[in-house]
This record gives sequence, structure tokens and C-alpha cells, in this order.
Amino acid sequence: MLSNEEVRSKVLDIIADIALDDDVTGIKDEVSLRDQLDLDSMDFLDIVMELKKRHKIEVPQEDYTRLASMQSCVEYLTPKFNA
Amino acid sequence: MQKKVDTIIIGAGMSGLAAGIRLSMYNKKVLIIEKHTITGGLNSYYARGKRKFDVGLHALTNFVGPSERGKPFNKLLKQLRIPYEEFKIHPQNYSMIQFPEKSLKFTNEIEYFIEEISRQFPAEIDGFMSLINHIKNFNEVDLSNETVMAKDVVANFIKNKSLIEMIFCPLLIYGSAWENDMDFSQFVIMFKSIFLEGFGRPEGGVRTIIDLLLKRLEVCGGEIQFKSEITRIITNNGKVTAVEINGKDIIECDSILSSMGLPETMSVVDQDLEYSPRVGNLSFTESILITDKKPRDLGIDATIIFYNNRPEYHYLKPQTLFDSESAVVCFPNNFLHDDFDEGVLRVTNIANFDLWNQELLLSRESYQEKKLDVYNQSLAILKKCGMSSEFSVNFKDIFTPTTIKRYTNHFGGTVYGSIDKSRNGSTPISGLYICGTDQGFLGIVGSMLSGISMANLHVLQGSL
Repeated sequence: MLSNEEVRSKVLDIIADIALDDDVTGIKDEVSLRDQLDLDSMDFLDIVMELKKRHKIEVPQEDYTRLASMQSCVEYLTPKFNA
Repeated sequence: MQKKVDTIIIGAGMSGLAAGIRLSMYNKKVLIIEKHTITGGLNSYYARGKRKFDVGLHALTNFVGPSERGKPFNKLLKQLRIPYEEFKIHPQNYSMIQFPEKSLKFTNEIEYFIEEISRQFPAEIDGFMSLINHIKNFNEVDLSNETVMAKDVVANFIKNKSLIEMIFCPLLIYGSAWENDMDFSQFVIMFKSIFLEGFGRPEGGVRTIIDLLLKRLEVCGGEIQFKSEITRIITNNGKVTAVEINGKDIIECDSILSSMGLPETMSVVDQDLEYSPRVGNLSFTESILITDKKPRDLGIDATIIFYNNRPEYHYLKPQTLFDSESAVVCFPNNFLHDDFDEGVLRVTNIANFDLWNQELLLSRESYQEKKLDVYNQSLAILKKCGMSSEFSVNFKDIFTPTTIKRYTNHFGGTVYGSIDKSRNGSTPISGLYICGTDQGFLGIVGSMLSGISMANLHVLQGSL
């Protein structure tokens, strides 16, 4: 079982690799990722692609909004990581 | 030999390499098919003796600092996972649009250009500011944009014909497949990339970019097969199934991203289609001079001069071999970092492919003589740009539209491709997509972004 904290750290690893030039250490969990980082729709596609590549987790298009903030990512992804 | 891959990419130029990186990054089995022995396509390189030369690239457009978010250059670095510093890019000094009556200088700071226009065209400055605003708010990469002629749009903001010609001059010659005008979306791409962002040059020139792309591609596991020409795109029921290489080898694939040009791609599809994209009219000659003195010592500190000796700018296929009344003159020594021990001068003229081709068919000798004319005119143009003639030429090389045809296989020796673009990359064949020049994002940054977007849109998103 992965804890919320572990899932958060895995998501953070992905974001850090995508937003190479951004500082990801101070991300606020409840604020939308777009408002804190230089992420556009191309980058969200990458988050989804990385989840699939690294963790075999599929995120259907209708669920993309669940990846909006770190908090919603963890809520949405933790059951998937532990499935 | 029969093999199978997920995606065939045609052409190992900027767009093909970028697409290859994106797809192999996400575990797609990708094979890039390149006709030549080296990569780069329209932006390539060669060596003569100890000297190295770039082809295509005068300057990288879209120059921005690393912290400027959401700009095309930084977007592409992010998508390819290449850190900003690795491009080792250095900004231009300034560039100049030189017309008979007036000259306008611009730098990588738009404020400088605004200042120039307000001084030389005071009546137009409000209109120009509104135009900038309109451009900033326009989403030029929206794939559903309608085609609108840019000069019509710009005329709503600027009344002075001469100023309109001056603004269009660098934008046309650095990317337009159309004569004298361009689609407004393309205009906005060019305006942003040249006037709002700017020119830079990577240390080491185009090789630096190509090497970075090749390194990334290798790390991601993408493959390139050289000396391989696509002789047939094989379809079944309107869908891509395979390609034929060099008239014999067959490779099966689910999709194809082709950067070889829209008419060129459609010409190898194995079925008759009522779809024949038009070949562009514009090609170029270029004289490359290596001199004992550097341009700065000869009175030139500009990086690029857009030279035009007529009241209007004639961006069209000339009725002569080449047009000596207008040119782009590039001084690669005049970027913030100077790679060279000698002076490097590049003079590019608009040229007529058909006439050069006839000349070549006529006799090798007369073709060589005509090339010498191009060179002699380039010396005259350098003088008109204000450069002192007190130098000697250590080496010279001249290429013509037929040279471009030979190396790129573009019909008509075009550099900016077909008049018809496929903005969303699709073709009448399912699984066959266009990237690069004929998808319509322009410049080196544009071409890489084109490869990235088409790979994302047509292959990666579809596979989720």
C-alpha cells in the first residue's frame, strides 16, 4: 500500500521531470498546478503519458480535470496506485 | 526483409527528429527514414577543408530567456526534456530592414522597434501598437484557424504602404511559401518569433541543435535509417499499412509522420487521389563568403540586414535567375558569441528554380558562370549595405535552387514548401500525417514544434 505521501512524491517526480526549469519544491497542494507552474495542455498530456509509462496507470480523458492540483491528483491516483 | 514498427517518420530534419524523440520517449517503436547520409534536412551542415558551414539556418528565431514561460522555444525544450543551457544560444546584436528611403533597426527587445517606428513613421505608431496588441492576443497555433490574408488584416492598423512592406519583408523571406503575402496565422507566428521574441544563434551553429536532438533520440531508443528513400506509401482501403524503401524493402507501420513535404508525400502514395497540393514558387540562391576581415572591421555590426532596393518588396518568383534587388544578408560573426576566426558573410537572394534547372541542363559551364554572377552581385549588395570593400575572400561557395532540390528532394527547390499547408497534419489517407514545413509552423523552432505537436496529436493522444 502506498501512502498519500508516497503517491505525492511519485507525482512530484513526474512534474519535476516535465517542468525542468521550474522549482517544484514549494508546490502548494490545494492550489491548481497551472497557477504555480509553467504547465500547458501539452504538459498535462505528458503527466498522463508518464503515469502510464512509469506506473501503468491509465487516466481516461474525462478524468483529466482530476489532475488539476496536487491534492486532487493524490486523491484520484492513490486508489489507482493501490489497485 | 519484412519488419514492423509503430510509426515511420519520413525525414531526419528538425521536425522528424523532434517527432521521433517524442514518440520513442513514450515507448513507441519508431523508425526515421532519411534519404541522405546526414541529418538536418533543410537545416543541415557541411565541411570544406577545415571549415564548417551551416545550410539553412541564418539565425534561430523565437529567442527568449529561460524564464519566459509559455513561449515556443521553452515549450519545445520542455517537451523534448532538453535543458535551456544546452542550446548555448546567444542573442543577435541588431538587425535592419533597409529600404531605399528608410531603414528600420530592430533588436530582441520590441521596445527598440517601437521607438524606431515612432521616430520614422510617427503617424503610424498608434496603429502599430494596436497591431502588436492584436497579435499578442491572437492564438496562431489554433489548428482550426481560418485562412485570412495578412496584408488585409494589417491594413486595418497601418495605412503607410511603405511601412507595411518593411514589416512584411523579414517575415516573408524567413518563412512564407506564398508570394507577397501570407496567411494571418503564419504572419503572427513570424511576427512573434522575429519581432516580439528575436534572433539568436547556438554556439557551434546548427550542429549543436542537431547533436542535441540526436543524443536525445538515442537515449529514448529511436532509430534512424540513412540512404533510404521512400519510394511508395502503401495503403489499404484508404489507410496506411506500410512503406517501401529504395524500391524494394517493405516496412509495415500503423502510422506515418511525413516531413518530406505535402506534394512530395502525396506523390508516393500508391493510390490515385483527387488531391494535388501545389508546389511552391519560391526558391533561393546563397553566396557564402569567408573573408580575412570580420564584418565589424568592415563597418558592419548588424547581425542580419534585410536589403531591398525597391519602394515595394517583391517577394515572388523572379523572371530572372535570381533577384539582385533584394536579399537577406547574414553576418554570423555578429551574434553575442562569435564562433569564427574569419569573417563569414551569407547573402541570400530569391531565385527561379525553373531557370536554374534549364541552365543546368544546358551546360555545366554556363551554370557555373551564372553562379559566379550570383557571387558578384552579392559583393555589390554587401557594398550597398555599407560594408567596406577592403577585404579579401579566402573561400566562397554558392548554392542555387537546384542544389536545394538535390539535397532536400523538395519539388521546385522550395525551402518553405507547398502553397497548401495541412495545419492539423491530416491527409486524405488515414494514418498518414504531415509534419514540418508543410504543416505550417515556421522556422527551426516552429519545425521542431510541428514534429512535437503532430506526434502528440496523431500518435500519442490516440494511444491513450
